[in-house]
Amino acid sequence: MFRLTQIKLFIPLLIFIVLASMLYWGLGRDPNAMPSVLVDKPVPLFNLPSLDIPLESAVDEPEPLVNQSVFKGQVTLLNVWATWCPSCRIEHPFLLELAERGVPIIGLDYKDENAKARLWLEEYGNPYQLVIVDQQGKLGLDLGVFGAPETYLIDSEGLIRHKHVGVVDERVWQSDFLALYNSFGGATVSVKGGEVRP
Amino acid sequence: MINFTGRFKAIFLITMALSLGLTASATFALIETDQLSRPELSARYRQLIDEYRCPKCQNQNLAGSDSPISADLRREIRRMLEEGDSNEAISDYLVARYGDFILYRPRLQQGTYLLWWGPALLLITGLLVAGLFIKRQVTRAGESDLSGKQAPGDALSVKEQQKLDQLLNASPASEPSETTPPPGDKPSL
Repeated sequence: MFRLTQIKLFIPLLIFIVLASMLYWGLGRDPNAMPSVLVDKPVPLFNLPSLDIPLESAVDEPEPLVNQSVFKGQVTLLNVWATWCPSCRIEHPFLLELAERGVPIIGLDYKDENAKARLWLEEYGNPYQLVIVDQQGKLGLDLGVFGAPETYLIDSEGLIRHKHVGVVDERVWQSDFLALYNSFGGATVSVKGGEVRP
Repeated sequence: MINFTGRFKAIFLITMALSLGLTASATFALIETDQLSRPELSARYRQLIDEYRCPKCQNQNLAGSDSPISADLRREIRRMLEEGDSNEAISDYLVARYGDFILYRPRLQQGTYLLWWGPALLLITGLLVAGLFIKRQVTRAGESDLSGKQAPGDALSVKEQQKLDQLLNASPASEPSETTPPPGDKPSL
């Protein structure tokens, strides 16, 4: 048997092991991952213009106002984007693909200019059913947005079910969104290869 | 030479002071564009933006951050201050949107008890350990004084003292072989 003094000699080693394992665990964590406090809460109230695309009249008329009720009735993705955001450009083709598969996406054009936003959508294609214009960043603030792109999964009751900060791509969609999307009864999504997922 | 270093020192100090002054005024200007109607609101504002963390740039507070989201949050805080909201209301508003993450001064709640009381707990544990250690040393020293028993690593026993005296009193001319060093003693000593 070890004597107490011999056991005491191992205390620094134990402390080292505990510290090292904690630091190792910390290495694997994403420091930017911030769980949204709004998960399972309703979309904040808002009353904002929607982007008129393409511009029908020559004059930039006041655009129709929309509110939180646009999220009722179907499972929707809310994608926060802006033309000044380089990662949004990277994300854009995948959003187009999701829209093609039948996922309803509503855009939130965050602190942007309408003319630039229209040009962007005309040039790169429009994956959005509707684009909410948030020039002041008020809805963004209420949503706890801290940088574009951000994507929210909103159920048919208008409750936020998931938030993803950063680019959504096939991998993120498969791992973080698809199961939730299906569990809340999202519209049928066609999968690559023509199969249809119930 | 002394003159030169003196002058050099003076120039260095003046340059340092000037550059410090410049940076200080620059920071000041950044915050000072946000004037509030009453000085007490300004004071509260300064205190608040020091205590909230920028959600985007994780190691900066709102006061020190240039990011657009920080500017927005500072604007919201100013608005709420002007509207007469309490510090708690402002805190609640920010936490409802950005979570506890935004607080540099975490609230006392379940999950932060360890954070708040941990240091005190560690201090008490440290004091206890130190106290026990000292107490043991003192009793050990007392025991060896009274009984003359040898305490490991402590004061010398009577026998050891005699041996030491003998070694110290040995004449330097005498040969090393005459005084046999005690076992385990290093020859270099």
